[in-house]
Amino acid sequence: MIHKENRAKSVQESSIKPHRAIGSGTLKRIAREYGIYLAFAILVIVLSFANQYFLTQSNISNVLLQTSINGVLAFGMTFVVITRGIDLSVGSVLALAGIVSSSFATTSSIAAVAGGPYPVFVALAIGVFIGAAAGAIVGVIVARFAVPAFVATLGMLSAARGLTLIYAGGRPVPALTPQFRWIGTGNLFGIPAPVIIFGAVFLFSWFVLSRTRFGRYVYAVGGNPRAAKTSGIDVIRIRFAVYVICGALAGLAGMLLAARTGSALTQAGIGYELDAIAAVVIGGVSLSGGVGRVTGTLIGALIIGVMNNGLDLMGIESYYQQVLKGMLIVGAVMLDQRGNQGE
Amino acid sequence: MTGALNVLTFVNNKYTNIKNRQAALGGNVGVLLKVEGLKKSFGGIAALRDARFELEAGSVHALCGGNGAGKSTFLSILMGIYRRDAGKIWRDGREVEFGSPAEALAAGIAIIEQELSPVPHMTVAENIFLGREPPGRFGGVDFRKMNAAAQAILDDLGFAIPVTQHMHGLSVAQMQLVEIAKALSHDAEVIFMDEPTSAIGEREAHQLFTVVRRLRAQGRGIVYVSHRLSEIFDVADHYTVFRDGAYVASGSLADVDRAGLIRMIVGREVSEEYTKVNTPTDEEGLSVAGLTSPGKIADISFTVRKGEIFGIYGLMGSGRSEIFDCLFGLDRSSKGAVKLFGKPVSLATPAQAIAAGVALVTEDRKLTGLNLSDSIRGNICVASLPELSPNFVVSAAREAAASRETIERFHIRAGRDTDLVSSLSGGNQQKVVLGKWFLRNPRMLLLDEPTRGVDVGAKREISRIVGDFAAAGGTVAMISSEIDELLGVADRIMVMRDGRAVGILDRSEANAEKLVHLSV
Repeated sequence: MIHKENRAKSVQESSIKPHRAIGSGTLKRIAREYGIYLAFAILVIVLSFANQYFLTQSNISNVLLQTSINGVLAFGMTFVVITRGIDLSVGSVLALAGIVSSSFATTSSIAAVAGGPYPVFVALAIGVFIGAAAGAIVGVIVARFAVPAFVATLGMLSAARGLTLIYAGGRPVPALTPQFRWIGTGNLFGIPAPVIIFGAVFLFSWFVLSRTRFGRYVYAVGGNPRAAKTSGIDVIRIRFAVYVICGALAGLAGMLLAARTGSALTQAGIGYELDAIAAVVIGGVSLSGGVGRVTGTLIGALIIGVMNNGLDLMGIESYYQQVLKGMLIVGAVMLDQRGNQGE
Repeated sequence: MTGALNVLTFVNNKYTNIKNRQAALGGNVGVLLKVEGLKKSFGGIAALRDARFELEAGSVHALCGGNGAGKSTFLSILMGIYRRDAGKIWRDGREVEFGSPAEALAAGIAIIEQELSPVPHMTVAENIFLGREPPGRFGGVDFRKMNAAAQAILDDLGFAIPVTQHMHGLSVAQMQLVEIAKALSHDAEVIFMDEPTSAIGEREAHQLFTVVRRLRAQGRGIVYVSHRLSEIFDVADHYTVFRDGAYVASGSLADVDRAGLIRMIVGREVSEEYTKVNTPTDEEGLSVAGLTSPGKIADISFTVRKGEIFGIYGLMGSGRSEIFDCLFGLDRSSKGAVKLFGKPVSLATPAQAIAAGVALVTEDRKLTGLNLSDSIRGNICVASLPELSPNFVVSAAREAAASRETIERFHIRAGRDTDLVSSLSGGNQQKVVLGKWFLRNPRMLLLDEPTRGVDVGAKREISRIVGDFAAAGGTVAMISSEIDELLGVADRIMVMRDGRAVGILDRSEANAEKLVHLSV
């Protein structure tokens, strides 16, 4: 119901007063409404011509695999950003959840928790729980004590990383059980397990945000917290909940990463929050809240993944990739700002 | 040392400049500012229709008018914030047009606004000279020169405020004085003061009046905007009255009394645009006893019967909206006994108030009423989601139906209800807010300025909706600063002043003069 595209439309209409936007106005509107999908399509087309390997099944699978972890983080981030928040701690929470859950799923006698290795679902539940708990702490601080999300999650970024090092004594957790590793390396009907999880998290996020009452409240709180409050919405509870969701998904991403690499590293996920925020922003979720869709985030994450992959294929150094990504983020927000003008 | 001396001469020069100019005019007091036929409308609604004004040197000129008379629009145009649609402005006999506040300042017009805008973590001197700090060596700021100049200005005005003090450590009254010093440091000859005493105490007000009189003696012109009539008679010598965006009268305050001025401000008889359809029953709807919120309202008690429209009148800041905040659980520090339909209720959160059947239409629909980034349908449904979608998953069909019903019932003019609510006109937006609450079938309506900023047609429809609600046995409390509207629709009117209820008038005995008398 509530999209950036719609807002852009209203700007068009209000600037032309009683008459409806016609002609070039409509074109501009369409360009803005579907701009991100268009940009993605053009990117794919250009790359498929530039490199014949790009559109092969194995490369597509590879891109999705590379995007899956950032995608899972970005979906969680979408919830938070729609409520006008931000979560800088996802990279650290990812590492903490990865290490702790791995310690329940390792055959290494030094790193294992007594009685381990435990069945894979125990380890998975613990990972998600750790992430959700970290999110809950942040959520209480942001929602109940009104600490700016930037500061609260910056604190968690540092604290969770520290806890990771303390828990693991600074050492990685190696030798994970094959069952646990399956979620990072396995296949189902030829589709890599992380890609299936990525897809499932997308469906979950899309469903919750666009089809449930809770989702409506998330948009209402982000769009106008005071109006939400006077409409009887428990603003504190909604704000709290989005950080729990974001944290839980960071925990899930942490296990995906550990399972893929075969061991959990204490330095995992450094800087991942930036890619997650980038995907959200490129996907058209407004940092000023109330606006954005999960499909936008999906495309945003895919654009980053496809771009990295395409530049790799063309043999362009990863240093250039970072420069391009930076330009992409700023460009997307500039477009968003232009859409907001006159409101 | 020479620096400090320069500053003093700089300050002294300003005054001699003014005196010289007066001397050049042959000692006659000149016309500092003249305005004719000023017009301005916003989105088809006229805020100013025909504003006229003339300010003489060496006078304090009161600009009077009720809420919505067009005073703020008038000030904003003269300050170069809004562009006028038509009309002429002369400054010192020359026709002018200001494109920005900086241009107005350069022409010697300064304003002391109602809402202060200090930079809290800067010193008094830094605030006074913000944007035109005296340059020092190496491109820095010459702080010594700046502080000395600021001190000279403050001393000259008789304000005992240290210039190196940070703004956030000052009282509101002191900040106001700093704002005045800032206006004067621009060598302004015309000074607008917009409700300068609204935030300060009696003692500070008298200090302010002393300054105003001194400025007048220096040959400057002061335009004094205030709702407080006693102040106007105390400090001003001339008046101009605006009503409904147009000039009504002007003259010397010596030739008019308080009652006469009120008559001019209030103006015409109540027009017959309101038809009364409801009759209060004897059953108690809402009963409030001893409602208090520290620093906002004190000891408010009233009863609203079923089928009654209970009006609340008061100036901005009189505590009228705060009553509703307390009743709707938006003010946590409130105390008092509230009964709904005879039963004591606790309304500690909006959710509790809503569950008890109370609905609140807030004063500012953009700030607290609507989610502007959501659709029309989303806004209509947002307060009723638990009922519309009792399960976790929302029911799109039921939402669409509820939205369609509401749009038809309130004649909301909208294209598709999935369009953004911000694409609607003000009146239709307001009807969305009403619709949102009526969807919940409330038993008690709290309406805070329900028709502010909406056009005449929408206003009539909203009055009809509210009237029908009361006629069907609903209970309504309604705040309005439009006297006509209250006299037209309310069965009784409570008047607020300085956080207290100063009287409850019956429909039969209420008139505009009485309401204004009680409220100022």
